[in-house]
Order: sequence, then structure tokens, then C-alpha cells
Amino acid sequence: MTPDDRRYSKEHEWAKLEGDEVVVGITDFAQSQLGDVVYVELPKVGDQVQQMKVMGVIESVKTASDLYSPVSGEVVAVNEAAVSEPQVINESPYDRGWLIRVRPDNPDELQQLISAAEYEALTSEGQ
Amino acid sequence: MTLSAEQRTPLHAWHVAHGARMVPFAGWSMPLQYATGILAEHRAVREAAGLFDISHMGRLEISGPEALTLLQYTTTNDVAALAPGRAQYSLVCHATGGTMDDVVVYRLPEPAAPPRFLVVANASNRGRVLAWLQGHAAAQHWQATVVDRTGELAMLALQGPAAETLLAPHTPLDLATVPYYGIHRTRVLGHDVWLARTGYTGEDGFELLPEATAAVTLWEGLLGLAHPPAPCGLGARDTLRLEAGFALYGHELRDDITPLEAGLERFVKLRKGRFIGAEALAAQQATGVRRRLIGFRMADGGVPRQGCAVLVDGQRVGEVTSGTYGPSVRAAIGMAYVPAALAVPGQELAIELRGRPTAARVEPLPFWPHRRRSVRRATNV
Repeated sequence: MTPDDRRYSKEHEWAKLEGDEVVVGITDFAQSQLGDVVYVELPKVGDQVQQMKVMGVIESVKTASDLYSPVSGEVVAVNEAAVSEPQVINESPYDRGWLIRVRPDNPDELQQLISAAEYEALTSEGQ
Repeated sequence: MTLSAEQRTPLHAWHVAHGARMVPFAGWSMPLQYATGILAEHRAVREAAGLFDISHMGRLEISGPEALTLLQYTTTNDVAALAPGRAQYSLVCHATGGTMDDVVVYRLPEPAAPPRFLVVANASNRGRVLAWLQGHAAAQHWQATVVDRTGELAMLALQGPAAETLLAPHTPLDLATVPYYGIHRTRVLGHDVWLARTGYTGEDGFELLPEATAAVTLWEGLLGLAHPPAPCGLGARDTLRLEAGFALYGHELRDDITPLEAGLERFVKLRKGRFIGAEALAAQQATGVRRRLIGFRMADGGVPRQGCAVLVDGQRVGEVTSGTYGPSVRAAIGMAYVPAALAVPGQELAIELRGRPTAARVEPLPFWPHRRRSVRRATNV
């Protein structure tokens, strides 16, 4: 089930508002499509990210995919556990596999993302 | 209406029914991985045993009084050195010395003369190798018949340190007596098979060739054993062979690459008598190769892929032929051709990943040690 406590991008990332920060990760559909993640390249704490712009790379054995930030703002935390043991992204994409935390420039940007139900509809069309 | 243009092995329906992610490969629909994923499948083979459907590979039978003559002329290794029930890795070369395919030639274990052979070729080259062998037999008026048996026989690979223990109770053949690169005719789980101690993983293991009609039952029978092997797809096949330093046609071997450049000189027997490509290869051996295949390990993050530029001091000197993450070595690794002078362990390189030069270092092959069964005497491989 796609958690409905957060918003989603069409690029298969999620954004969850927690107080005045947004936590970002990739969806279960994305990790399943990628296969075993072996490497992830993330922005550094202090970097600026822009909504729908490339913020990093996620690589599996077979493919490399760009990561797009679902919100604009300053990166305040990076999940080092995901960097050193990327299989956590496959195992727990919505929880322990979070990627970055962002102090958003404009929390209203989250409204430009889609809901869990809309994301599910999007990803089931292809099956 | 869309018809599938891809060929299917006898196990295709099984793969789909068991959640395999199917991908096109050399005109076949093949399993890339099962639900467990590539890393788990790779580790299963290194730690215990894995089972691969490799029925897409070409299986050609060569028979007749001049079968040996034909194969001796069209391959680089010394076919005359094969005793019955022995096999050898070999190359089929053009007159230029470039490689048409890498193959395994098996001399079937039959007491009667003349010798009969099985040649296993890459799926992508089956048609060309068949036509090449048939064409040269006809042109030379040799009595040699080449028959494509790919559809009649399936091919399964059981690979890993537990392969012999797993198989032993289910075959009348004493597996402890089967040397590396030996082939026997026997039964496994009641099915008639060719059984060869060959593989593409660097581990001990066997390749089984049953009748195609028995493939599903044999496959399911092996997976139904206590302590069964893990079903493994092409993804794990690639990470395993890359760690083992084995070439893959289309990557390390191509029409414009010679076996000498690929580091396969021990499979080129220039003194065995005339064969296609011998003159060109002898000339290249005399002058020395200008480029050599190397292995490299990434020092920084990112996975190298085929086609990535190899840079030294900012200059492009070569190209990556294969790259992946090696689950056993726990690093991103790859192979590439570089000028011979740079083919030295420890040589620093940069691999261009997504436009950015990323540090790497030349490392001797294999990345992971081969653990094939030791033999009591030297085999002529």
C-alpha cells in the first residue's frame, strides 16, 4: 500500500512534511523497478535543491537513474546509512531508506505533487 | 496483432509463472532475475548453488569422418588434443584474426571412431557459426555434417561449491571422477543428459544438457531437492562472470578484436597446423599487441558501463567493455581495452561516468578467485 501521509512526484519520489522539514525518498515501485541498489549519490548538507531538477543518482546492478528533488530548499540532512548500505532503500523505501531532509523554500510546492491514490493509478496503468 | 519475435526456451512459462523479470537477449526472452534479486542470486552461487537456464545458447553437433579436420581448421585451440569425454574453450576467428565467437568444443565420450563433437556457441552467434562451419566443410569437400541441435536439447547450469554434493545422490555417475572440462553421458533424476564440468561463474559446477522435452521436469526436480539451488537469471550470470574475469562476446570479444588482445593466448595453438586466422595471429604475436584487455576497480563511487571512456592524464585511451557492481568483491569493477603500455596492475585510470572522470585502478583478473575442482593431472584446456 502506498502511504497516504505524504505526496508523490511522477518521477517516483515521495515528499513527507515533518514539522518544518520535508523528508524525501523513492517509492516502493521505483526500488522494485531498479532492482538491488548498489550506489546512491546525494547532495550534501547545505546544498540547494530545486523542485523537479536532478539532485543525484541512484544505481542498481543493471541501471542508473537520475534522482529529482520533489521540493525546492536547503538540504539539512542526508541519510548516510543509505549511502553506505544502499540495500536499505530496497528493504524500506518509505522509512529507513529515506534519502534527504530539506528545509523547503515554499511548503505550498507540495500541492504541486500528486496524492498516494493518484500515484497508485499512475503506476498500475503500466502493469 | 503483435507476435513475439523472441525465441523462448522450454522453461519460459516456468520463469514467467515464478515472477521472473524477463528481458530480451540475443533474440530470446530470458530471465534477468527472480524476485530475490541479482545480489541474492549471485551470493547463492558463491556460497551454495544456483541454477541457470542457458538454453538460449547454440548447440551444434559435428559428425562424420572429417569432423575433427573441420573443427581444427575453424577454431584456434588444438582439437586433436581432446581425448573422448574432454572439452576445451576455444575461439572461432576470421582470417584477420578477429573473433567471430568464443565457444566450448566437446569431444563426445564415445569409444567408436570417428569422433563426434558438440560445439556450444553464444546465442547471438549461433547462425553465423553454423553457416561458417557448414560453408567451410562444403568448400573443402570435407565429409563433416553440422547439425543445429539447439531446439532438441536444453541446457541448465548448476553452479556453486555445493553443486557436486547436491547432484551426487541423483546420478549413477561418480561425480568425484569427473575432471574440470570433462563430459559424460549419464542420467540425472532419471533423465538422460550430457553432463559437463564446465561453467561461467568461476565456481565448481556442471552444465546439463537434457532433451528439451525433459527440461521442465529436470529443472523442477533440481529445485525441489532438499537444500535446493537458487534459480538465477542473466543478471547474476553477468556479475559472476565479470568477477571471474571471463570475456563476454559483444563486449570483450568482437569481430575486430583478436584473442591475443583479449588475453586468451593460451587458447590459440599456433603450432597445431593451419587454421583460419593463424597467419594474422602469428604476425600479431610477433609484433606484440597494441591494446590489451584489463580489469579495473573503481576507487570512487559509480558503476562503470560498456562504452564509458577510459582516460589517463585527461586523454581518452580506451573504452569500457563491461562494468558492474561485484557483490563478492564489494566494489564497482569493469574491463576495458587500453594501450599495452598501460595494461599494468596499479595503473591509475579515470572512467568517464555521466561526463565526470572518476578514479579507478588497473587490477589483475580475476577479481574473485576461481574455485573449480582441482584435477589430478593437467587437463589440456
